[in-house]
Amino acid sequence: MFKRRITYLSILSVSLCVFMAVVVITVMTGLLVDFKEKNHNYAGDCIISTDSLVGFPYYQQFLESISKETFIEAASPVIKSYAILSYQGSYSNTNVEIMGIDPASFSKVTNFADTLYYHKNQPAAAFEPSYDTQLPGCVLGIDLALSRDQFGKYSHSDFAPMAAFEITSFPLTPKGAPARAGLGLVSNKTFYYSDDSHSGLAKVDGSVVYLPFDHAQQLCGMSGQNKRVTAIHIKIKDNSDLDSAAQKLQYLWNDFKASKKDLPYASLLNNVKVQTWKQFRRASIAAVETEQIMMILSFIFIALISIFIVFVVFYMIVSHKRKDIGILKSIGISKINIISIFLLFAFFVGLLSSLIGTVGGIIFLGKINPLESWLYEHFGFQLWNRMVYAIDLIPNKIEIEVIFVIALAAILACLSGSAIPAYQAAKMQPAESLQVNQL
Amino acid sequence: MNENNIILKAENIHKSYKIGASKLKVLKGVDLELKKGEFAAVTGASGSGKSTLLHILGTLDKPDDGTVIFNGQQLFASSDKYLNNFRNKKVGFVFQFYHLLDELNVLENIYLPVMASKSIFGWFAVKKQARNKALELLSMFGLEDRAKHKPYQLSGGERQRVAIARALINDPPLLLADEPTGNLDSQTGNGIMDVLEKLNTQANQTILLVTHDKNIAKRAERVIKLKNGKIDNTKG
Repeated sequence: MFKRRITYLSILSVSLCVFMAVVVITVMTGLLVDFKEKNHNYAGDCIISTDSLVGFPYYQQFLESISKETFIEAASPVIKSYAILSYQGSYSNTNVEIMGIDPASFSKVTNFADTLYYHKNQPAAAFEPSYDTQLPGCVLGIDLALSRDQFGKYSHSDFAPMAAFEITSFPLTPKGAPARAGLGLVSNKTFYYSDDSHSGLAKVDGSVVYLPFDHAQQLCGMSGQNKRVTAIHIKIKDNSDLDSAAQKLQYLWNDFKASKKDLPYASLLNNVKVQTWKQFRRASIAAVETEQIMMILSFIFIALISIFIVFVVFYMIVSHKRKDIGILKSIGISKINIISIFLLFAFFVGLLSSLIGTVGGIIFLGKINPLESWLYEHFGFQLWNRMVYAIDLIPNKIEIEVIFVIALAAILACLSGSAIPAYQAAKMQPAESLQVNQL
Repeated sequence: MNENNIILKAENIHKSYKIGASKLKVLKGVDLELKKGEFAAVTGASGSGKSTLLHILGTLDKPDDGTVIFNGQQLFASSDKYLNNFRNKKVGFVFQFYHLLDELNVLENIYLPVMASKSIFGWFAVKKQARNKALELLSMFGLEDRAKHKPYQLSGGERQRVAIARALINDPPLLLADEPTGNLDSQTGNGIMDVLEKLNTQANQTILLVTHDKNIAKRAERVIKLKNGKIDNTKG
């Protein structure tokens, strides 16, 4: 059977299906894993936070109380709010999300330090502009500071350039009322560009401005007697389980909340949620997970089509082999042996196709980025426009488990596609398959 | 006729085919006996059911009714395993269109029935022996220099001799030949008949041959005539 041209066509068609599955699943899974990793890097393992812009009080006592817990490695308070960023010296401004952080502790719970350009190795000094360390610094999301080129690269100068920005925010009282009613309502403060942060998340890099914790607290009206924050990011120890850690934190938070119930503004503690990073970033991750589900569904359809193609191919092979089956049966070969011959043949077609498709896919994935660069340079074609999409390289990390599942699925598709024709072939009367029914 | 001397017996064989909504009755109660070592020819007009009868006698097809007894064993009451063994070891087929496997060479085609009867390990144990037997048969039919050729590289007469060699590789007691000369010119056809005659006279091979050619049929010991789905005349 391996001497028939149709056999090679069937190997080619199954190989192409395997190749396509290897490439697309690797790239899409890579994108999803990368996106999830970036979302995790942006937040702590567990986050105690409120959606309210008023925040919640007594966070210092809670930080102190959890510092004794053995499953917690580090914790960092965060203030999140919204503001207007004005470029000093120009009339342009934009709405931004401000995050007040202590860069040293925040770098212990997230990978904030790795996202910096000028202060990668000294995150504690992230808010110290290199041109004057005494000035209040700010770290801009990279897309607020720089533009990407067509290859997805940013061009930094050797030293941070001097640039001033005015941040205008709307401070709120613990009751949620404007804190500066009658005093112009807003708070203004000038900050100087000290660094930028490249998280790889388009929304974060294009809208977040990191400010020194104390300044942000002041700007948002959260300083004063009952200091408030909007979140506490927590890193758990490596050997701790994420979900059980979140559960323990929930118990700790419930106890803490109960102990503060008679204190002023204790009701603000009721709006606080304890979440894992996956829950905290669900709004972002959900869209990509939906894409992944769609992709899996698409592949189920592709797999069904592949099985149908294999079925048709095998049906044709069996039809071509009708006479030979008759000959084999006329010399005493059993039905089981006929079925075994076709299933063995299908197994080898599947195995060979998996091997060809997988090797082809791995070679293609190894060259996918240089190939894309070459296509862009010569023909202007780019799979993802790097000026739009926050990815550097097309993910091409080979996952052995994925390859194994695809290869196994291809072999099973060949076996199931050949099972019916093989059974039909075995069932035929020898005289019928020899087509010698002369009367 | 002495029952112990009968190798093959068919009783009241009926066979019909569906053609659209109607049924075409081909065999309408055929009775036949074949003695050990006999060379008989079944003859009849085109469409008289000769090949159908031969296929039923060789278990390549099933009758609607009737029994076929081979050496005292009712074939169609037997298990699939017995029938496979019967087709492999007890009967050899020779077809009008040779039915050799094009992918295999002449030698492989000849020892294929031995291969088919063995497991992978069993085959390796007997491969040399089977190969020598196949070479012996090739030499007997004057085809020793054709062993490595593919069937499509041979003439019609050569292909038919290869098909006869394949049919004889397991020394079956019965040889069934369906129009073995039907696709050959008269000279080559006579050559094939010489081979069959020689097998019958020298090796006492039982042969049942189907042909529409009266001259070919005359070379058999006995001619069985099929007419309207029944045996018309038996001549010794």
